[in-house]
Amino acid sequence: MARATTTRSKIVFTVIGWTIGFLIFFPILWTFLTSFKTEGTAIATPPQFLFFDWTLENYREVQSRSDYFKHFTNSVVISVGSTLIGLALAIPAAWAMAFSPTKRTKDILMWMLSTKMMPSVGVLVPLYLIFRDWGLLDTRIGLVAVLTMINLPIIVWMLYTYFKEIPGEILEAARMDGASLMKEIVYVLTPMAVPGIASTMLLNIILAWNEAFWTLNLTAANAAPLTQFIASYSSPEGLFWAKLSAASTMAIAPILIMGWFSQKQLVRGLTFGAVK
Amino acid sequence: MATLQTRATARIMMSPAVILLFLWMIVPLVMTLYFSFLRYNLLMPGTEENIGFLNYQYFLTDPAFFTALANTLILVGGTLLITVIGGILLALVLDQPFFGQGIVRLLVIAPFFVMPTVSALVWKNMLMHPVNGLFAWIARSFGLQPVDWFAQVPLFSIILIVAWQWLPFATLILLTALQSLDGEQKEAAEMDGAGAISRFIYLVLPHLSRAITVVILIQTIFLLSVFAEILVTTNGGPGIQTTNITYLIYMQALLQFDVGGASAGGIVAVVLANIVAFFLIRLIGKNLER
Repeated sequence: MARATTTRSKIVFTVIGWTIGFLIFFPILWTFLTSFKTEGTAIATPPQFLFFDWTLENYREVQSRSDYFKHFTNSVVISVGSTLIGLALAIPAAWAMAFSPTKRTKDILMWMLSTKMMPSVGVLVPLYLIFRDWGLLDTRIGLVAVLTMINLPIIVWMLYTYFKEIPGEILEAARMDGASLMKEIVYVLTPMAVPGIASTMLLNIILAWNEAFWTLNLTAANAAPLTQFIASYSSPEGLFWAKLSAASTMAIAPILIMGWFSQKQLVRGLTFGAVK
Repeated sequence: MATLQTRATARIMMSPAVILLFLWMIVPLVMTLYFSFLRYNLLMPGTEENIGFLNYQYFLTDPAFFTALANTLILVGGTLLITVIGGILLALVLDQPFFGQGIVRLLVIAPFFVMPTVSALVWKNMLMHPVNGLFAWIARSFGLQPVDWFAQVPLFSIILIVAWQWLPFATLILLTALQSLDGEQKEAAEMDGAGAISRFIYLVLPHLSRAITVVILIQTIFLLSVFAEILVTTNGGPGIQTTNITYLIYMQALLQFDVGGASAGGIVAVVLANIVAFFLIRLIGKNLER
Protein backbone atom coordinates (compact mmCIF):
# COMPACT_ATOMS: atom_id res chain seq x y z
CA MET A 1 0.00 0.00 0.00
CA ALA A 2 1.42 3.34 -0.94
CA ARG A 3 1.35 5.44 2.22
CA ALA A 4 -1.48 7.84 1.79
CA THR A 5 0.60 10.98 2.02
CA THR A 6 -1.68 13.32 0.25
CA THR A 7 -0.39 16.60 -1.01
CA ARG A 8 -2.64 18.31 1.47
CA SER A 9 -1.14 16.62 4.54
CA LYS A 10 2.29 17.35 3.14
CA ILE A 11 1.47 21.03 2.92
CA VAL A 12 -0.01 21.05 6.41
CA PHE A 13 3.12 19.47 7.84
CA THR A 14 5.31 21.82 5.86
CA VAL A 15 3.61 24.76 7.55
CA ILE A 16 3.74 23.17 11.02
CA GLY A 17 7.32 22.00 10.61
CA TRP A 18 8.67 25.31 9.36
CA THR A 19 6.82 27.29 12.04
CA ILE A 20 8.27 25.15 14.82
CA GLY A 21 11.71 25.18 13.24
CA PHE A 22 11.63 28.95 12.92
CA LEU A 23 10.50 29.46 16.53
CA ILE A 24 13.18 27.18 17.94
CA PHE A 25 15.88 28.74 15.81
CA PHE A 26 14.65 32.27 16.43
CA PRO A 27 16.90 33.18 19.40
CA ILE A 28 19.94 32.37 17.28
CA LEU A 29 18.59 34.28 14.29
CA TRP A 30 17.75 37.22 16.53
CA THR A 31 21.31 37.24 17.93
CA PHE A 32 22.66 37.20 14.40
CA LEU A 33 20.46 40.12 13.30
CA THR A 34 21.14 42.15 16.43
CA SER A 35 24.87 41.85 15.88
CA PHE A 36 24.48 44.15 12.85
CA LYS A 37 22.55 46.86 14.68
CA THR A 38 23.76 49.90 16.53
CA GLU A 39 23.35 49.73 20.31
CA GLY A 40 20.46 52.16 19.96
CA THR A 41 18.58 50.06 17.42
CA ALA A 42 19.28 46.92 19.41
CA ILE A 43 17.11 48.04 22.34
CA ALA A 44 14.54 49.94 20.28
CA THR A 45 10.83 49.26 20.75
CA PRO A 46 9.18 48.18 18.58
CA PRO A 47 12.07 45.89 17.63
CA GLN A 48 13.64 46.34 14.22
CA PHE A 49 13.65 43.07 12.32
CA LEU A 50 15.28 43.58 8.96
CA PHE A 51 14.98 47.19 7.90
CA PHE A 52 17.65 48.96 9.87
CA ASP A 53 21.03 50.33 8.93
CA TRP A 54 23.25 47.30 8.91
CA THR A 55 26.65 47.94 10.44
CA LEU A 56 29.80 45.92 11.06
CA GLU A 57 30.89 48.30 13.80
CA ASN A 58 30.17 45.79 16.61
CA TYR A 59 32.49 43.18 15.22
CA ARG A 60 35.29 45.74 15.02
CA GLU A 61 34.54 46.99 18.53
CA VAL A 62 34.51 43.54 20.10
CA GLN A 63 37.97 42.86 18.74
CA SER A 64 39.54 46.21 19.58
CA ARG A 65 38.04 46.45 23.06
CA SER A 66 38.52 43.00 24.44
CA ASP A 67 40.84 41.16 22.09
CA TYR A 68 38.30 38.65 20.84
CA PHE A 69 40.84 36.63 18.89
CA LYS A 70 42.89 35.84 21.96
CA HIS A 71 39.88 34.10 23.47
CA PHE A 72 38.98 32.51 20.17
CA THR A 73 42.51 31.10 19.95
CA ASN A 74 42.23 29.82 23.50
CA SER A 75 39.00 28.03 22.62
CA VAL A 76 40.60 26.45 19.56
CA VAL A 77 43.73 25.36 21.41
CA ILE A 78 41.79 23.95 24.35
CA SER A 79 39.11 22.10 22.38
CA VAL A 80 41.34 20.77 19.59
CA GLY A 81 44.24 20.04 21.95
CA SER A 82 42.16 18.08 24.42
CA THR A 83 40.47 16.16 21.62
CA LEU A 84 43.75 15.18 19.95
CA ILE A 85 45.36 14.04 23.20
CA GLY A 86 42.16 12.18 24.02
CA LEU A 87 42.26 10.42 20.65
CA ALA A 88 45.92 9.48 21.12
CA LEU A 89 45.02 7.81 24.41
CA ALA A 90 41.73 6.32 23.27
CA ILE A 91 42.54 4.87 19.85
CA PRO A 92 44.88 2.14 21.16
CA ALA A 93 42.56 1.42 24.07
CA ALA A 94 39.44 1.14 21.92
CA TRP A 95 41.35 -0.89 19.35
CA ALA A 96 42.44 -3.40 21.97
CA MET A 97 38.95 -3.63 23.43
CA ALA A 98 37.29 -4.11 20.06
CA PHE A 99 39.72 -6.63 18.55
CA SER A 100 41.10 -8.60 21.46
CA PRO A 101 38.28 -8.48 23.95
CA THR A 102 38.67 -10.33 27.21
CA LYS A 103 36.15 -11.14 29.89
CA ARG A 104 36.94 -7.88 31.59
CA THR A 105 36.52 -5.63 28.56
CA LYS A 106 32.88 -4.96 29.26
CA ASP A 107 33.62 -4.14 32.89
CA ILE A 108 36.32 -1.68 31.87
CA LEU A 109 33.96 0.03 29.43
CA MET A 110 31.24 0.31 32.03
CA TRP A 111 33.70 1.63 34.57
CA MET A 112 34.91 4.28 32.12
CA LEU A 113 31.33 5.32 31.58
CA SER A 114 30.78 5.57 35.31
CA THR A 115 33.61 8.10 35.68
CA LYS A 116 31.60 10.33 33.36
CA MET A 117 28.73 10.28 35.83
CA MET A 118 30.76 11.94 38.54
CA PRO A 119 29.49 15.51 38.94
CA SER A 120 32.27 18.01 38.32
CA VAL A 121 31.39 19.92 41.44
CA GLY A 122 32.30 16.88 43.51
CA VAL A 123 35.95 17.33 42.64
CA LEU A 124 35.97 21.12 42.26
CA VAL A 125 37.73 21.76 45.57
CA PRO A 126 40.71 19.41 45.23
CA LEU A 127 41.19 20.25 41.58
CA TYR A 128 41.13 23.95 42.31
CA LEU A 129 43.70 23.49 45.07
CA ILE A 130 45.94 21.28 42.93
CA PHE A 131 45.76 23.83 40.13
CA ARG A 132 46.57 26.64 42.54
CA ASP A 133 49.55 24.82 44.05
CA TRP A 134 50.96 23.71 40.69
CA GLY A 135 50.49 27.11 39.09
CA LEU A 136 47.99 25.72 36.58
CA LEU A 137 45.16 28.15 37.27
CA ASP A 138 44.35 30.20 34.20
CA THR A 139 46.67 28.20 31.95
CA ARG A 140 45.72 26.51 28.72
CA ILE A 141 47.73 23.40 29.63
CA GLY A 142 45.68 22.90 32.76
CA LEU A 143 42.38 23.21 30.92
CA VAL A 144 43.51 20.90 28.13
CA ALA A 145 44.36 18.28 30.76
CA VAL A 146 41.01 18.57 32.50
CA LEU A 147 38.94 18.51 29.32
CA THR A 148 40.93 15.54 28.00
CA MET A 149 40.01 13.54 31.07
CA ILE A 150 36.40 14.67 31.01
CA ASN A 151 35.86 13.59 27.42
CA LEU A 152 38.10 10.53 27.37
CA PRO A 153 35.27 8.12 28.30
CA ILE A 154 33.09 9.41 25.46
CA ILE A 155 35.97 9.16 23.00
CA VAL A 156 36.77 5.58 24.01
CA TRP A 157 33.11 4.59 23.82
CA MET A 158 32.45 6.15 20.44
CA LEU A 159 35.61 4.67 18.93
CA TYR A 160 34.76 1.30 20.44
CA THR A 161 31.33 1.23 18.82
CA TYR A 162 32.84 2.24 15.47
CA PHE A 163 35.73 -0.26 15.67
CA LYS A 164 33.28 -2.99 16.64
CA GLU A 165 31.67 -2.61 13.22
CA ILE A 166 34.90 -3.38 11.38
CA PRO A 167 34.79 -7.10 10.52
CA GLY A 168 37.48 -9.01 12.41
CA GLU A 169 37.98 -11.43 9.51
CA ILE A 170 39.75 -8.75 7.49
CA LEU A 171 42.28 -8.31 10.26
CA GLU A 172 42.81 -12.04 10.49
CA ALA A 173 43.37 -12.27 6.76
CA ALA A 174 45.98 -9.55 7.00
CA ARG A 175 47.62 -11.36 9.88
CA MET A 176 47.72 -14.59 7.89
CA ASP A 177 49.39 -12.79 5.05
CA GLY A 178 52.12 -11.96 7.52
CA ALA A 179 51.31 -8.34 8.26
CA SER A 180 52.94 -7.13 11.45
CA LEU A 181 50.92 -5.34 14.08
CA MET A 182 52.18 -1.98 12.89
CA LYS A 183 51.31 -2.75 9.27
CA GLU A 184 47.96 -4.09 10.32
CA ILE A 185 47.15 -0.83 12.05
CA VAL A 186 48.52 1.47 9.36
CA TYR A 187 47.30 -0.25 6.19
CA VAL A 188 44.24 -2.21 7.20
CA LEU A 189 42.64 -0.72 10.24
CA THR A 190 43.25 2.98 9.79
CA PRO A 191 41.54 3.40 6.40
CA MET A 192 38.44 1.66 7.71
CA ALA A 193 38.50 3.50 11.00
CA VAL A 194 39.02 7.01 9.67
CA PRO A 195 35.33 7.95 9.31
CA GLY A 196 34.62 6.84 12.88
CA ILE A 197 37.66 8.67 14.21
CA ALA A 198 36.71 11.81 12.30
CA SER A 199 33.20 11.95 13.69
CA THR A 200 34.44 11.20 17.19
CA MET A 201 36.84 14.09 16.83
CA LEU A 202 34.15 16.44 15.59
CA LEU A 203 31.74 15.69 18.41
CA ASN A 204 34.41 16.03 21.05
CA ILE A 205 35.63 19.36 19.75
CA ILE A 206 32.04 20.57 20.01
CA LEU A 207 31.67 19.28 23.57
CA ALA A 208 34.99 20.79 24.66
CA TRP A 209 34.23 24.10 22.94
CA ASN A 210 30.99 24.49 24.88
CA GLU A 211 32.18 23.10 28.22
CA ALA A 212 31.24 25.70 30.80
CA PHE A 213 32.01 24.45 34.28
CA TRP A 214 35.76 24.04 34.34
CA THR A 215 36.41 26.76 31.79
CA LEU A 216 34.53 29.21 34.00
CA ASN A 217 36.06 28.08 37.29
CA LEU A 218 39.68 27.53 36.32
CA THR A 219 40.40 30.50 34.07
CA ALA A 220 40.42 34.24 34.51
CA ALA A 221 42.04 36.38 31.84
CA ASN A 222 44.96 34.67 30.13
CA ALA A 223 43.59 31.27 29.25
CA ALA A 224 39.92 32.27 29.14
CA PRO A 225 38.12 30.63 26.22
CA LEU A 226 34.97 32.04 24.63
CA THR A 227 32.63 30.65 27.30
CA GLN A 228 34.37 32.78 29.92
CA PHE A 229 34.68 35.73 27.54
CA ILE A 230 30.93 35.78 26.88
CA ALA A 231 30.22 35.37 30.59
CA SER A 232 32.04 38.67 31.16
CA TYR A 233 29.13 40.34 29.36
CA SER A 234 26.84 39.41 32.22
CA SER A 235 27.99 42.36 34.32
CA PRO A 236 24.94 44.49 35.01
CA GLU A 237 26.58 47.86 34.35
CA GLY A 238 26.45 48.71 30.69
CA LEU A 239 24.70 46.00 28.76
CA PHE A 240 25.80 46.15 25.18
CA TRP A 241 23.36 43.96 23.34
CA ALA A 242 24.73 44.55 19.88
CA LYS A 243 28.27 43.80 20.97
CA LEU A 244 27.12 40.81 22.99
CA SER A 245 25.39 39.57 19.83
CA ALA A 246 28.44 40.09 17.66
CA ALA A 247 30.66 38.25 20.12
CA SER A 248 28.07 35.49 20.50
CA THR A 249 27.62 35.07 16.77
CA MET A 250 31.35 34.63 16.30
CA ALA A 251 31.51 32.25 19.25
CA ILE A 252 28.79 29.90 18.07
CA ALA A 253 29.03 30.08 14.26
CA PRO A 254 32.01 27.73 13.73
CA ILE A 255 30.72 25.14 16.16
CA LEU A 256 27.17 25.32 14.86
CA ILE A 257 28.39 24.48 11.38
CA MET A 258 30.48 21.60 12.70
CA GLY A 259 27.49 20.45 14.70
CA TRP A 260 25.28 20.36 11.65
CA PHE A 261 27.79 18.12 9.94
CA SER A 262 27.96 15.74 12.87
CA GLN A 263 24.27 15.47 13.70
CA LYS A 264 24.15 11.72 13.06
CA GLN A 265 27.14 11.03 15.29
CA LEU A 266 25.71 13.20 18.02
CA VAL A 267 23.11 10.59 18.90
CA ARG A 268 25.57 7.75 18.99
CA GLY A 269 28.18 9.69 20.93
CA LEU A 270 25.92 11.12 23.58
CA THR A 271 24.02 7.93 24.26
CA PHE A 272 27.19 5.82 24.43
CA GLY A 273 25.88 3.69 21.59
CA ALA A 274 22.58 2.98 23.35
CA VAL A 275 20.63 4.61 20.50
CA LYS A 276 21.99 4.43 16.96
CA MET B 1 41.66 -17.30 20.22
CA ALA B 2 43.67 -14.36 21.39
CA THR B 3 47.21 -15.51 21.92
CA LEU B 4 49.16 -14.60 24.99
CA GLN B 5 51.19 -12.14 23.02
CA THR B 6 48.25 -10.21 21.57
CA ARG B 7 46.66 -10.22 24.99
CA ALA B 8 49.77 -8.62 26.46
CA THR B 9 49.84 -6.09 23.64
CA ALA B 10 46.19 -5.30 24.22
CA ARG B 11 46.89 -4.67 27.86
CA ILE B 12 49.72 -2.29 27.03
CA MET B 13 47.50 -0.43 24.57
CA MET B 14 44.77 0.02 27.09
CA SER B 15 46.88 0.93 30.07
CA PRO B 16 47.56 4.66 29.43
CA ALA B 17 43.87 5.48 29.11
CA VAL B 18 42.85 3.24 31.98
CA ILE B 19 45.57 4.42 34.36
CA LEU B 20 45.02 8.11 33.66
CA LEU B 21 41.28 7.81 33.99
CA PHE B 22 41.69 5.88 37.20
CA LEU B 23 43.95 8.57 38.67
CA TRP B 24 41.58 11.28 37.45
CA MET B 25 38.73 9.60 39.22
CA ILE B 26 40.30 8.42 42.42
CA VAL B 27 42.79 11.13 43.44
CA PRO B 28 40.41 14.13 43.57
CA LEU B 29 37.64 12.00 45.01
CA VAL B 30 39.82 10.77 47.87
CA MET B 31 40.98 14.34 48.46
CA THR B 32 37.38 15.57 48.55
CA LEU B 33 36.52 12.82 51.00
CA TYR B 34 39.52 13.71 53.16
CA PHE B 35 38.78 17.46 53.15
CA SER B 36 35.16 16.79 54.01
CA PHE B 37 36.20 15.67 57.49
CA LEU B 38 38.39 18.71 58.13
CA ARG B 39 37.76 22.18 59.33
CA TYR B 40 39.56 23.84 56.48
CA ASN B 41 39.00 27.41 55.34
CA LEU B 42 41.39 29.07 52.92
CA LEU B 43 40.96 32.36 54.76
CA MET B 44 42.20 30.82 58.01
CA PRO B 45 45.27 28.80 57.05
CA GLY B 46 46.85 26.67 59.72
CA THR B 47 43.65 25.94 61.60
CA GLU B 48 42.90 22.64 59.86
CA GLU B 49 41.73 19.91 62.17
CA ASN B 50 39.67 16.77 62.00
CA ILE B 51 36.09 17.45 62.97
CA GLY B 52 34.47 14.17 61.99
CA PHE B 53 31.06 14.49 60.38
CA LEU B 54 30.48 18.09 61.45
CA ASN B 55 30.76 19.42 57.88
CA TYR B 56 28.12 16.97 56.74
CA GLN B 57 25.93 17.90 59.65
CA TYR B 58 26.22 21.60 58.82
CA PHE B 59 25.67 21.04 55.12
CA LEU B 60 22.71 18.70 55.45
CA THR B 61 20.92 20.71 58.14
CA ASP B 62 21.47 24.07 56.45
CA PRO B 63 18.07 25.35 55.25
CA ALA B 64 19.87 26.47 52.08
CA PHE B 65 20.58 22.82 51.33
CA PHE B 66 16.90 21.95 51.23
CA THR B 67 16.08 24.95 49.06
CA ALA B 68 18.93 24.00 46.75
CA LEU B 69 17.85 20.37 46.66
CA ALA B 70 14.27 21.39 45.86
CA ASN B 71 15.52 23.81 43.19
CA THR B 72 17.68 21.08 41.68
CA LEU B 73 14.75 18.68 41.53
CA ILE B 74 12.41 21.30 40.06
CA LEU B 75 15.02 22.32 37.52
CA VAL B 76 15.69 18.73 36.46
CA GLY B 77 12.04 17.70 36.56
CA GLY B 78 10.71 20.77 34.78
CA THR B 79 13.30 20.58 32.05
CA LEU B 80 12.67 16.87 31.57
CA LEU B 81 8.94 17.42 31.34
CA ILE B 82 9.29 20.07 28.64
CA THR B 83 12.00 18.33 26.64
CA VAL B 84 10.51 14.84 26.69
CA ILE B 85 6.96 15.87 25.77
CA GLY B 86 8.19 18.53 23.35
CA GLY B 87 10.73 16.10 21.95
CA ILE B 88 8.12 13.43 21.25
CA LEU B 89 5.81 15.92 19.50
CA LEU B 90 8.67 17.38 17.49
CA ALA B 91 9.97 13.98 16.52
CA LEU B 92 6.50 12.99 15.33
CA VAL B 93 6.31 16.11 13.16
CA LEU B 94 9.82 15.71 11.78
CA ASP B 95 9.07 12.09 10.95
CA GLN B 96 6.36 13.15 8.49
CA PRO B 97 7.39 13.85 4.94
CA PHE B 98 7.24 17.57 4.12
CA PHE B 99 9.01 20.16 2.04
CA GLY B 100 12.40 21.25 3.37
CA GLN B 101 12.49 18.59 6.09
CA GLY B 102 16.27 18.49 6.16
CA ILE B 103 16.56 22.22 6.72
CA VAL B 104 13.95 22.27 9.48
CA ARG B 105 15.85 19.45 11.17
CA LEU B 106 19.00 21.57 11.15
CA LEU B 107 17.10 24.53 12.59
CA VAL B 108 15.66 22.40 15.38
CA ILE B 109 18.96 20.88 16.53
CA ALA B 110 20.86 24.19 16.38
CA PRO B 111 20.33 25.27 20.04
CA PHE B 112 22.27 22.25 21.25
CA PHE B 113 25.47 23.69 19.79
CA VAL B 114 25.13 27.09 21.40
CA MET B 115 27.46 27.46 24.36
CA PRO B 116 25.58 27.76 27.68
CA THR B 117 26.85 31.24 28.48
CA VAL B 118 25.64 32.57 25.13
CA SER B 119 22.17 31.06 25.31
CA ALA B 120 21.69 32.22 28.89
CA LEU B 121 22.71 35.81 28.17
CA VAL B 122 20.82 36.08 24.91
CA TRP B 123 17.63 34.82 26.53
CA LYS B 124 18.04 36.90 29.65
CA ASN B 125 18.71 40.16 27.85
CA MET B 126 17.31 40.19 24.37
CA LEU B 127 14.24 38.03 24.91
CA MET B 128 13.30 38.21 28.59
CA HIS B 129 14.30 41.76 29.47
CA PRO B 130 11.22 43.32 31.14
CA VAL B 131 11.46 46.62 29.21
CA ASN B 132 13.38 46.18 25.98
CA GLY B 133 13.08 42.42 25.54
CA LEU B 134 11.17 40.86 22.69
CA PHE B 135 8.75 39.01 24.97
CA ALA B 136 7.88 42.28 26.70
CA TRP B 137 7.14 43.87 23.34
CA ILE B 138 4.94 40.93 22.31
CA ALA B 139 3.06 41.12 25.62
CA ARG B 140 2.53 44.87 25.25
CA SER B 141 1.33 44.60 21.69
CA PHE B 142 -1.39 42.29 22.98
CA GLY B 143 -2.16 44.83 25.66
CA LEU B 144 -0.74 42.65 28.44
CA GLN B 145 1.55 43.53 31.31
CA PRO B 146 5.07 42.27 30.44
CA VAL B 147 6.48 39.61 32.73
CA ASP B 148 9.63 40.51 34.63
CA TRP B 149 10.99 37.03 34.12
CA PHE B 150 14.01 36.92 36.40
CA ALA B 151 12.31 38.85 39.21
CA GLN B 152 8.91 37.12 39.18
CA VAL B 153 9.68 33.58 38.04
CA PRO B 154 13.47 33.21 38.21
CA LEU B 155 13.65 29.44 38.42
CA PHE B 156 11.09 28.96 35.66
CA SER B 157 13.09 31.34 33.45
CA ILE B 158 16.18 29.21 33.91
CA ILE B 159 14.15 26.08 33.20
CA LEU B 160 12.99 27.65 29.92
CA ILE B 161 16.56 28.43 28.86
CA VAL B 162 17.88 25.01 29.79
CA ALA B 163 14.91 23.30 28.12
CA TRP B 164 15.60 25.24 24.92
CA GLN B 165 19.16 23.91 24.98
CA TRP B 166 18.17 20.30 25.60
CA LEU B 167 15.04 20.03 23.44
CA PRO B 168 17.16 19.30 20.35
CA PHE B 169 18.91 16.43 22.11
CA ALA B 170 15.64 14.78 23.10
CA THR B 171 14.15 15.39 19.66
CA LEU B 172 17.13 13.98 17.81
CA ILE B 173 17.29 10.79 19.87
CA LEU B 174 13.53 10.21 19.76
CA LEU B 175 13.50 10.88 16.03
CA THR B 176 16.29 8.36 15.50
CA ALA B 177 14.32 5.80 17.49
CA LEU B 178 11.11 6.65 15.65
CA GLN B 179 12.72 6.10 12.29
CA SER B 180 13.71 2.59 13.26
CA LEU B 181 10.05 1.69 13.75
CA ASP B 182 8.99 -0.96 11.31
CA GLY B 183 6.86 0.65 8.61
CA GLU B 184 4.96 -2.56 7.97
CA GLN B 185 3.77 -2.73 11.55
CA LYS B 186 2.35 0.74 11.22
CA GLU B 187 0.61 -0.14 8.01
CA ALA B 188 -0.79 -3.34 9.49
CA ALA B 189 -2.22 -1.38 12.39
CA GLU B 190 -3.60 1.17 10.00
CA MET B 191 -5.32 -1.52 7.93
CA ASP B 192 -6.78 -3.06 11.08
CA GLY B 193 -8.49 0.26 11.53
CA ALA B 194 -6.41 1.63 14.41
CA GLY B 195 -6.76 5.40 14.59
CA ALA B 196 -3.84 7.77 14.85
CA ILE B 197 -4.16 8.06 18.63
CA SER B 198 -4.39 4.36 19.40
CA ARG B 199 -1.52 3.74 16.95
CA PHE B 200 0.52 6.22 18.95
CA ILE B 201 -0.37 4.74 22.33
CA TYR B 202 -0.10 1.05 21.49
CA LEU B 203 2.61 1.03 18.85
CA VAL B 204 4.75 4.14 18.79
CA LEU B 205 5.02 4.87 22.51
CA PRO B 206 6.11 1.33 23.52
CA HIS B 207 8.65 1.43 20.72
CA LEU B 208 10.00 4.74 22.02
CA SER B 209 10.09 3.70 25.67
CA ARG B 210 13.75 2.70 25.64
CA ALA B 211 14.82 5.88 23.89
CA ILE B 212 12.75 7.93 26.34
CA THR B 213 14.46 6.21 29.24
CA VAL B 214 17.86 6.97 27.73
CA VAL B 215 16.91 10.62 27.23
CA ILE B 216 15.68 10.96 30.81
CA LEU B 217 18.72 9.33 32.37
CA ILE B 218 21.37 11.10 30.30
CA GLN B 219 19.73 14.48 30.63
CA THR B 220 19.38 14.00 34.37
CA ILE B 221 23.12 13.45 34.67
CA PHE B 222 23.83 16.71 32.84
CA LEU B 223 20.97 18.70 34.38
CA LEU B 224 22.04 17.87 37.92
CA SER B 225 25.12 19.99 37.25
CA VAL B 226 23.61 23.00 35.49
CA PHE B 227 25.97 25.82 36.40
CA ALA B 228 26.84 28.38 33.72
CA GLU B 229 23.21 29.32 33.06
CA ILE B 230 22.76 30.23 36.72
CA LEU B 231 26.10 31.98 37.06
CA VAL B 232 25.54 34.43 34.20
CA THR B 233 21.84 35.14 34.77
CA THR B 234 20.93 35.22 38.46
CA ASN B 235 24.02 34.27 40.48
CA GLY B 236 21.70 31.95 42.33
CA GLY B 237 19.33 34.76 43.31
CA PRO B 238 17.14 36.54 44.09
CA GLY B 239 18.10 35.30 47.54
CA ILE B 240 18.78 31.65 46.87
CA GLN B 241 15.72 31.12 44.67
CA THR B 242 17.73 29.75 41.77
CA THR B 243 20.59 28.14 43.68
CA ASN B 244 20.94 24.46 42.86
CA ILE B 245 23.25 21.99 44.61
CA THR B 246 26.07 22.59 42.15
CA TYR B 247 25.86 26.34 42.59
CA LEU B 248 25.59 26.06 46.38
CA ILE B 249 28.81 24.07 46.54
CA TYR B 250 30.52 26.46 44.15
CA MET B 251 29.60 29.39 46.41
CA GLN B 252 30.87 27.60 49.46
CA ALA B 253 34.14 26.67 47.80
CA LEU B 254 35.16 29.62 45.67
CA LEU B 255 33.28 32.50 47.27
CA GLN B 256 33.44 31.56 50.96
CA PHE B 257 36.63 29.49 50.70
CA ASP B 258 35.12 26.87 52.98
CA VAL B 259 37.01 23.86 51.67
CA GLY B 260 35.69 21.45 54.28
CA GLY B 261 32.03 22.37 53.87
CA ALA B 262 32.20 22.43 50.08
CA SER B 263 33.87 19.02 50.08
CA ALA B 264 31.11 17.55 52.21
CA GLY B 265 28.63 19.06 49.75
CA GLY B 266 30.63 17.61 46.86
CA ILE B 267 30.37 14.13 48.34
CA VAL B 268 26.62 14.60 48.74
CA ALA B 269 26.38 15.62 45.07
CA VAL B 270 28.41 12.58 44.03
CA VAL B 271 26.07 10.30 45.96
CA LEU B 272 23.00 11.90 44.37
CA ALA B 273 24.44 11.55 40.87
CA ASN B 274 25.42 7.97 41.55
CA ILE B 275 21.85 7.02 42.30
CA VAL B 276 20.92 8.07 38.77
CA ALA B 277 24.09 6.67 37.27
CA PHE B 278 23.36 3.27 38.77
CA PHE B 279 20.24 2.90 36.63
CA LEU B 280 21.83 4.36 33.51
CA ILE B 281 24.82 2.04 33.68
CA ARG B 282 22.59 -0.98 34.07
CA LEU B 283 20.48 0.05 31.11
CA ILE B 284 23.44 0.59 28.82
CA GLY B 285 25.19 -2.52 30.09
CA LYS B 286 22.16 -4.58 29.20
CA ASN B 287 22.28 -3.09 25.74
CA LEU B 288 25.94 -4.05 25.37
CA GLU B 289 25.15 -7.73 25.77
CA ARG B 290 22.75 -7.85 22.88
